[in-house]
Amino acid sequence: MSATTVTPTTTTAPGAVPGRRPARPVATRRLVVIELRKMFDTRSGFWLLVGIGVLAVLATGAVIVLAPDDAVTYDSFATAIGLPMSVILPMIAILSVTSEWSQRSGLTTFTLVPHRSRVIGAKALATLVVGLVSMALAFAVGAVGNLAGSALAGVDTVWDVSLAAAPQIVLGNLVGMAIGFTLGVVLRASAAAIVGYFVVSLVMPGVLELLGLVREWFLDLQPWIDWNYTQVQLFEGATDTAEEWAMLASTTALWIGLPLVIGLVTLRRSEVK
Amino acid sequence: MITVESLTRTYAGVTAVDDVSFTARPGRVTGFLGPNGAGKSTTLRVVVGLTAPTSGSATIDGVRFADLPNPGREVGVLLDASAQHAGRTGRETLAIAAATMGLPGSRVAEMLELVSLTPAEARRRVRHYSLGMRQRLGIAAALLGDPRVLILDEPANGLDPAGIRWMRDLLTDFAGRGGTVLLSSHLLHEIEVIADDLVVIGGGRIVASGTKEELLAAAGTLARSAAPRELAHALELAGLPSTLAGDGSVRTDADPSQVGAVALAAGIALTELRSAEGAGLEDMFLSLTAATQREGVAA
Repeated sequence: MSATTVTPTTTTAPGAVPGRRPARPVATRRLVVIELRKMFDTRSGFWLLVGIGVLAVLATGAVIVLAPDDAVTYDSFATAIGLPMSVILPMIAILSVTSEWSQRSGLTTFTLVPHRSRVIGAKALATLVVGLVSMALAFAVGAVGNLAGSALAGVDTVWDVSLAAAPQIVLGNLVGMAIGFTLGVVLRASAAAIVGYFVVSLVMPGVLELLGLVREWFLDLQPWIDWNYTQVQLFEGATDTAEEWAMLASTTALWIGLPLVIGLVTLRRSEVK
Repeated sequence: MITVESLTRTYAGVTAVDDVSFTARPGRVTGFLGPNGAGKSTTLRVVVGLTAPTSGSATIDGVRFADLPNPGREVGVLLDASAQHAGRTGRETLAIAAATMGLPGSRVAEMLELVSLTPAEARRRVRHYSLGMRQRLGIAAALLGDPRVLILDEPANGLDPAGIRWMRDLLTDFAGRGGTVLLSSHLLHEIEVIADDLVVIGGGRIVASGTKEELLAAAGTLARSAAPRELAHALELAGLPSTLAGDGSVRTDADPSQVGAVALAAGIALTELRSAEGAGLEDMFLSLTAATQREGVAA
């Protein structure tokens, strides 16, 4: 403690005013803004944000340098930028929830706003905003890369991401973030939720593929229960028929809807230590 | 005013807090004492709405904490100075709290100055803070909303002597201007100096509460004699239970005049006879909580 001087408190101390004051309730919009700020004002949040920016530029550069001329298309850029983003965005969603427990800041957060559902709701909205803004940025960086890349390669600029596919790519990323958010709500521990995310996004697809190889009946079932399958369909802009949308709804209910409800119930009762 | 009524909280069959009732009044500092695991923190957590009571209630001026529209503006809370995001700077920690309460950013600098954290320290991340600095940051956060009630769990923990003096003046001043202070601490000397009222909890139950003067006066009489054993025996015969301490003093709940009369009748010369209030809070605390002490010490 280098501050050893004792400040006299008589003049600058806050006044303890007896009696009630009209206090305005904490507005939801204010909570969302604060949760957005909290995502990026920590060291980890800052570097995740920097990571997104750096990787987007690196990915764009890599496509320009490495891709053969006929592959210098908007789809190549969008895919190259989207891949690192689809990993980092869920991490941001996870940490926004779990840091309140793992870093114990929830003790302050939930006493300043003693309604956990409101705080978690604000975090969900903030996560949505981050997802939409970073996807918009990804499309913009990809567009610049596509223009620059095609000019450098001397080929025609190819815009091969359809207007119908773009919203699906955005939705695919939001699904990934929602999975991360859900894991955060259910596990409420940063390390466990991040490991959990890699298990359900990297390990599980391999296991399910293996299951499909040895049990043929599973192949018909997989699109209905494997969220990775439906997410890849979204990334490819291939979710078109009513059945495909129903499959997406099914995996979303199974991996996001149900665990989120259970997680929210236990979260509201859990002790913030 | 903080009112706790018949508060009970059980965890999987274990009763952490059992039918606890007390009040912390405006204009006074209420010290909340108890051995480790006595239920102090659980009680404070219920008061600030972090833990739901199994039964009973806790209110701030008649309103449940969770029903306060903007709690930070009315109740300043510091439960654990270490419970801050380690990767956030001290200033940012306060800025977020200020923004949540809807306060202007200028309030943050005021509070940093009040708790003597320099601008350079405020720019560092909380990870690098000493316990004393975290404690100061926590106090700044509690005072940020200009509340009229303060709830502090072990606020003097980790503070240097100057810091402890500063904290004492701050809380006395806060209560002097009509604020309510509920303060838990293991530092009995601190509590003894600062508190107006005391609430003692042991094994989840209130074992004593009242003004400091009342409780310390109830501590009885201390007598010394060249023959302490005979004095204790004489008191015993007179129907006054007493305890013989290792230092040769005899303590009893009876008042000094009775002890003097017994000694005279028994022909024992006393070398010291006084009200035991000077023995202080520590003895009172240990005797009141003896049944629930882990070490099994009896005063």
